[in-house]
Amino acid sequence: MTETAQQMTSAKKIGDVVLAVDNISLSFGGVRALSDISFQVREHQVLSIIGPNGAGKSSLLNVINGFYHPQEGTITYRGVTRKQMKPHQAARQGIARTFQNIALFKGMSTLDNIMTGRNTIMTRNVLWQALRVGPALQEELAHRHRVEEIIDFLEIEHIRKTPVGKLPYGLQKRVELGRALAAEPSMLLLDEPMAGMNVEEKQDMSRFVLDVNSEFGTTIVLIEHDMGVVMDISDYVVVLDYGRKIGDGLPDEVRSNQDVIDAYLGVSHD
Amino acid sequence: MLYRETGQFKTSYQADQAIFPIAQDRWFIFGIIAIAVFVVPFLIDDYGANAVLLPFLVYAMAAIGLNILTGYCGQLSLGTGGFMAVGAYSTYKLFTAFPDLNLIVIVILSGLITAAVGVLFGLPSLRIKGFYLAVATLASQFFLVWMFNKFGWFYNYNMTGMINMPASTMFGLQLTGPGAHPAVRYLFCLGFVLVFALVAKNIVRGRLGREWMAIRDMDIAAEIIGIRPLYAKLSAFAVSSFYVGMAGALYFGIWLSSAEPVEAFDINQSFLVLFMIIIGGLGSIMGSFLGAAFIVLMPLVLKNFMVDGLDIAVVTAKHVEIITMGMLIIFFLIVEPHGLARLWTIAKEKLRLWPFPH
Amino acid sequence: MDWLFLTETIISGLMAGVMYSLVALGFVLIFKASGIFNFAQGVMALFAALALYDFLAPEGWFNQLFGFTLPVPIAIVATAGVMVILAWLIERLVLRYLINQEGIILFMATIGLAYVLEGTGDLLFGSDVKPLDIGIPQGAWDYLLDTHGLYIEKLEIFAAITAAILVTVLAIFFQKTRIGRALRAVADDHQAALSVGISLRAIWVIVWAVAGFVALVAGIMWGSKSGVQFSLSLIALKALPVLILGGFTSVPGAIVGGLIIGVGEKLAEIYVGPMVGGAIENWFAYMLALAFLLFRPQGLFGEKIIERV
Repeated sequence: MTETAQQMTSAKKIGDVVLAVDNISLSFGGVRALSDISFQVREHQVLSIIGPNGAGKSSLLNVINGFYHPQEGTITYRGVTRKQMKPHQAARQGIARTFQNIALFKGMSTLDNIMTGRNTIMTRNVLWQALRVGPALQEELAHRHRVEEIIDFLEIEHIRKTPVGKLPYGLQKRVELGRALAAEPSMLLLDEPMAGMNVEEKQDMSRFVLDVNSEFGTTIVLIEHDMGVVMDISDYVVVLDYGRKIGDGLPDEVRSNQDVIDAYLGVSHD
Repeated sequence: MLYRETGQFKTSYQADQAIFPIAQDRWFIFGIIAIAVFVVPFLIDDYGANAVLLPFLVYAMAAIGLNILTGYCGQLSLGTGGFMAVGAYSTYKLFTAFPDLNLIVIVILSGLITAAVGVLFGLPSLRIKGFYLAVATLASQFFLVWMFNKFGWFYNYNMTGMINMPASTMFGLQLTGPGAHPAVRYLFCLGFVLVFALVAKNIVRGRLGREWMAIRDMDIAAEIIGIRPLYAKLSAFAVSSFYVGMAGALYFGIWLSSAEPVEAFDINQSFLVLFMIIIGGLGSIMGSFLGAAFIVLMPLVLKNFMVDGLDIAVVTAKHVEIITMGMLIIFFLIVEPHGLARLWTIAKEKLRLWPFPH
Repeated sequence: MDWLFLTETIISGLMAGVMYSLVALGFVLIFKASGIFNFAQGVMALFAALALYDFLAPEGWFNQLFGFTLPVPIAIVATAGVMVILAWLIERLVLRYLINQEGIILFMATIGLAYVLEGTGDLLFGSDVKPLDIGIPQGAWDYLLDTHGLYIEKLEIFAAITAAILVTVLAIFFQKTRIGRALRAVADDHQAALSVGISLRAIWVIVWAVAGFVALVAGIMWGSKSGVQFSLSLIALKALPVLILGGFTSVPGAIVGGLIIGVGEKLAEIYVGPMVGGAIENWFAYMLALAFLLFRPQGLFGEKIIERV
């Protein structure tokens, strides 16, 4: 897997800066979660954020997609700079994400969960939906067709109609990725997509992430603890500790950065 | 009857998304509708219409409405009685102001007015959740009933304070007022309920329905994938109130013909409809029908059994009926908290495999 | 402005508020310990008052069965015993089977419970109004009337003092006793409480019994004031705005919320009511609580909620 992954990452073209995080600081009450974080994400990049538990990684994703509002700093996405934004606005800008603790809609089937991801791009109003004829039916079927492609891509055809609450953990993670992909995002935020998986499942998930990146050209920001996976699939790595950025660079640079080794890795993996 | 889906292959997404994808289910439902439309009208009498069929249809409509809000969108409401009152009073005011207007139009307009009121009282749902919201919806219940009782304009300043439905006809047949034929009243309600049940089913399996369910299951995640909570919640309040308002219009206009706010639309109405959707099944249009049938029929059966069968005094029977009703509700919640609709699904599962256990 | 009248209104509002607080307190206790929104709380107050009346009245079942009526203190203890048995029955027959169900299911079950209790009460004791006299002083407090011209009911003063004692006792019970600590542990986290060996069932019986006592006190006060009758069960509806104002889980919230609602309602009745045609007491408290929530969604004493994903 490692070899193919390296080939794919090196083969693709990394473009201009699409997301700029500038001097972000966030605190809850008196607790500082993030201090003065800055970094940039380029088009088609796979960027990993790493760091020990409680380093502020998830908070950072929450700031990027508008769920938390930082006290200081700005986020610029595709030329639009913002300080305060609602999460659904971020979603409509093309930022989709998955969650550390799975946040699927438990009462709905796999199909409906993924269809929900397409809600932002469906346009027929409630009267058309109520009649479910003509354009509304065509729209529903066209989107169903796209969703079926995603289901094929993620190899979850057999659980199409199963309520997601009944699925095992690994499959739920996959459905969640499917829901995020359904929105056809230009940027995908993945919060520990491989947590709690066995080696085989991690390989599958890594393959999906790289395929998404190379086939759809989606820019990917992910949080991951498994160093092997991070070093294999990332184009760029940002390291956080205690809410501060302690280093960033290409995977190899980060691997040999002494601060990072001291603060996070503890021992060198070489 | 052999209940098998072997050999029924779906070749399009449209066929796969049908309401009843299995042919036997389809024929069963068509059969019931055919009986309801072509057979029942010839058998119906005043008692059957007033005690069983009209209550069933009216409450089924109200239950669909509340199910949209509570079962699909997860917003608990205890204000159903108040919203039914809005529908009823809208019908009364519209009909007395424009006697020539077609009653179909009036019922739909009443639903739309109720939808507007529902959105207004749904605004707190943007800030508060769960039981806090449930208690807040009681505000609408008490306020609306008070308002209709207090201001003479709503009941055209008549001395009794009651509203009475004047006589009217449709297609040359008398539909409302004293002396209307039960079959005509029944068919009018049935038509409304069938059409709007289909509409409700279409909405809940489309984009809007998915947005509501997403808000219900996890509102934060829903917002992060791009659903606007404001729009989703208020649209649920609007559509739900539209149905409850039409139910209120039929309740007053067709079933009761006269109503008085404090009695007819009190908080027990709200609880009754809530019981229907819980016993029938939250988040199920079919369940709304099953629940309405259950809650309408159970007191009748109990009363007949006790008063006629066991010769118990009517007053005592009333108390026993309340106790039994309470116990049955608890019993149902313990045995099948997902309601009759779930039992129906399980029964079908079993039937598919019959005579094998797995 | 008539200051004396205003003072009188505010004081009588505070006293009415104490009564609301008493009912709200029962809700809060059960919600805190089990997450159940107990709609039957008002009917429990009615049921307790009916049972107490039965022990005291010559025409009661107790007199018919045993040939004598009980003196007031013993009757109160006996009624408390009835409430404990009721709590045990509710746990044994209902709650035990509904563990881990969603809040709405439990809520509906308590509505069913309210039906059962209401029907049983009517069936056993009849639905006529019964005067409850256990020797609580009635009428105006002469001292205040003579010296300041203030009209304050003795019963209301008595109720306020009783409520204060009740809250103090409950606070000590929760803070200082072993059972109280177990109750708070259960309130925080069912699973965690179970894992350290606290019996959830026993706790539920205790908390429902305590709520039963609170219902008894509320039943005595309301019963003495306006007779024991069906409308007593409707005071539950009066206590609900108190809950959204004070929070479902806060004991101080129930007290302060009750007082605010009591005073607000009395003032509104006098200064707002005439403008809109009166009889606004059914909904005014709800509107007051709602208006408040729009500015402070977490209620009076709630902490600001940080949402996480």
